[in-house]
Amino acid sequence: MSTPAAVGRLAARAASGAVRVFLVLAALFWLLPTLGLLISSFLSPTDLNTGGWWQALTAPSKLTVTNYARLLGNDTITGSLLNTVAIAVPATLLVLVLGSLAGYAFAWLEFPGRDWLFLVVVGLLVVPVQVALIPVSKLFGAIGLFETTAGVVLFHTAFGLPFAVFLLRNFFAEIPRELLEAARLDGAGELRLFARVVLPLGAPAIASLGIFQFLWVWNDMLVALVFADSAHPPVTVALQQQVRQFGNNIDVLAPGAFLSMVVPLVVFFAFQRQFVTGVMAGAVK
Amino acid sequence: MAATTGKEPAGDPDDAGAARPAGGRAPGGGTADSGTAGARTPGRRSADGPSTGVRSTGVRSTAGRSTAGRSAAGRRRLIAAAFLLPALVLLGALVVQPIGYSLYRSLFDRSGDVFVGTGNYRELLTDPTIRTALRNTALWVVLAPAVATALGLVFAVLTERVRWGTAFKLLVFMPMAISMLAAGIIFRLVYDHDPHRGVANAVWVGVHDTFAQSSAFPKARPGRDSPLEPAEGGAFVTRTPVRAGVPVLLPLVGVAPEALPAGTRTAAAAPAEPGKVTGTVWQDFTRGGGGRTNAVDPSEQGFSGMRVEAVRGGRVVASATARADGTFVLPAAADGALLRLPGSNFREAYAGVEWLGPALVTPAVIGAYVWMWAGFAMVLIGAGLAAVPRELLEAARVDGAGEWQVFRRITVPLLAPVLAVVLVTLVINVMKIFDLVFVIAPGAVQDDANVLALQLYRTSFGTDADQGLGSAIAVLLLILVVPVMLLNIRRLRKEGSR
Repeated sequence: MSTPAAVGRLAARAASGAVRVFLVLAALFWLLPTLGLLISSFLSPTDLNTGGWWQALTAPSKLTVTNYARLLGNDTITGSLLNTVAIAVPATLLVLVLGSLAGYAFAWLEFPGRDWLFLVVVGLLVVPVQVALIPVSKLFGAIGLFETTAGVVLFHTAFGLPFAVFLLRNFFAEIPRELLEAARLDGAGELRLFARVVLPLGAPAIASLGIFQFLWVWNDMLVALVFADSAHPPVTVALQQQVRQFGNNIDVLAPGAFLSMVVPLVVFFAFQRQFVTGVMAGAVK
Repeated sequence: MAATTGKEPAGDPDDAGAARPAGGRAPGGGTADSGTAGARTPGRRSADGPSTGVRSTGVRSTAGRSTAGRSAAGRRRLIAAAFLLPALVLLGALVVQPIGYSLYRSLFDRSGDVFVGTGNYRELLTDPTIRTALRNTALWVVLAPAVATALGLVFAVLTERVRWGTAFKLLVFMPMAISMLAAGIIFRLVYDHDPHRGVANAVWVGVHDTFAQSSAFPKARPGRDSPLEPAEGGAFVTRTPVRAGVPVLLPLVGVAPEALPAGTRTAAAAPAEPGKVTGTVWQDFTRGGGGRTNAVDPSEQGFSGMRVEAVRGGRVVASATARADGTFVLPAAADGALLRLPGSNFREAYAGVEWLGPALVTPAVIGAYVWMWAGFAMVLIGAGLAAVPRELLEAARVDGAGEWQVFRRITVPLLAPVLAVVLVTLVINVMKIFDLVFVIAPGAVQDDANVLALQLYRTSFGTDADQGLGSAIAVLLLILVVPVMLLNIRRLRKEGSR
């Protein structure tokens, strides 16, 4: 006997079952691509040529670290990881320093044209980097920065600044005025005020921004393709050069891709909250 | 966003940009929450409320002091300049100046010396490669943000109903952290055409083969001096009619030994049976040589499962399937008929879909993009969802609304502002898409997968560069984002004057 209530319960249970099945399928869709490359990175070139990565599911003994061992012995790839660090770290620090200086000025200093200048910065938020590739390559060519790490760092800094200034100015503006006033009355100069009051209070926003910018630069390929020293490319460019003969060198590409992902993933898992905040604030970038 | 600041001192000028006496405005007071969509300035919100009143007093005191002297104002400007200059110089040289230069350069030809007016822009609309890029970019803009947002919405709503929702969100959001290059390599492998390598095709072929058996002998063919000749539809047929009681030999070659179906045994010569047509169909090839042509030699393999038909006057009068040793038996009806090995025995194995072929490459790359960015949509929408009052949903349920109605009539309308921000963000992002297409699309189909940003790169750099045309594409890209630029500015000004 099925009362209406029982039918309703049954329907609800069926619906929740359907939700589960759907989410499990979706999870597989999100998991399998990465898992496939991860497993591939642990298979020998011979095994990769004769079958799919799923062969390892039934024959786990085929897994080997030789691809990684060979890759780590390859100076081009290990060197390119260092090049990426040499670009990402300064480009992040510079954005943080210049961005918070300017953010502070926009939030708490008075000067003519401040508001329209800030609007210009906000307008620059969405300028595509592509617009600057040709002009900046000309400019860098003229001043000797083309194909240098410094050039790449400056380019990333410039294009990170609108978002940095926007985010930090909004955050700094929330600092209670009386804190700043008190410090000013104590005779602190603007620089001291900035370093002692604004920076510590702005730390959460600065951290979010730093993580966001760091990942942005670490993962960049286009800017590096155009501006990086072709003899010392960052890891994205070094790997991209291998993609041409995809079928033949998965044994290089798969572990290479994972080596390039290690740092972003560690950062992602360690600073999830800040990353999410940064991404959310970065909407519209 | 529910945050409210906005207690402005009386008489505050309504808009930015208006001339005003120095110190006449609370710095940052009004625009404090001008963050975008979910862009909650991290932490410290709670301290906000009580401080607002104090802030206004602070403003007055500043205003009072600012009349003190000109030199003080000058000094403050100097300090402001020192704080701002490094950022402004970089922005000016590397972001603003390029906009002007691109506009200017786009009016000149390849060499940069000859003024061509709108020539480059006309070429944008006529060059077939660029037109493909335009068309594909349009497809991207229409498809990718919509699909990613829709999936993000569905995930955000559904994950609230399962206990492992957080783990699911983490999994879907993770691709945001990795580079488009890494994602590109990941999907290059997923879409690999070889079903023994690319998981997409492996699944596709697996499903296909469940419904349509592929054949075991795709490459089998008659050898030299064979009694068989090719016939219509990929079939092979005997040159002469067969007789009951006389064993028939149907030799074929060309099947790799390891490709033979499981259970295959050594071929046997079929015994003669009175009133029946018997025979053997087998691989007439001895490994290492030494076999005789058109004779069943000891180490040769039978074609287990091969279909054999007897045809008379174009009609199939009898049929049989070869046993493991390649022998078959046909009834008396086959007497005097021709034996045919139908084409179904030799059909090529189904190779699946060419995901990265010219026709499908753009949707395939869009799929990879959705994989990367649905998590972004999900997290933003999830944050918006958390702000939807539960009582409202409960009330609707109590009133008898089904889950779908609640979703459709309450959740989605309440989320509309967040959805709009997500869509706009993704549209901007998609217009600039470069890495994914560059990495996933194989060189041979890059023209078919082309998008504006890729075309800009290909036009502007490399051996055959035309930076005039490249600049025109850059200007076009810029024009495409101008509406959002204005939207951002307007939103900020509105919040500033609230």
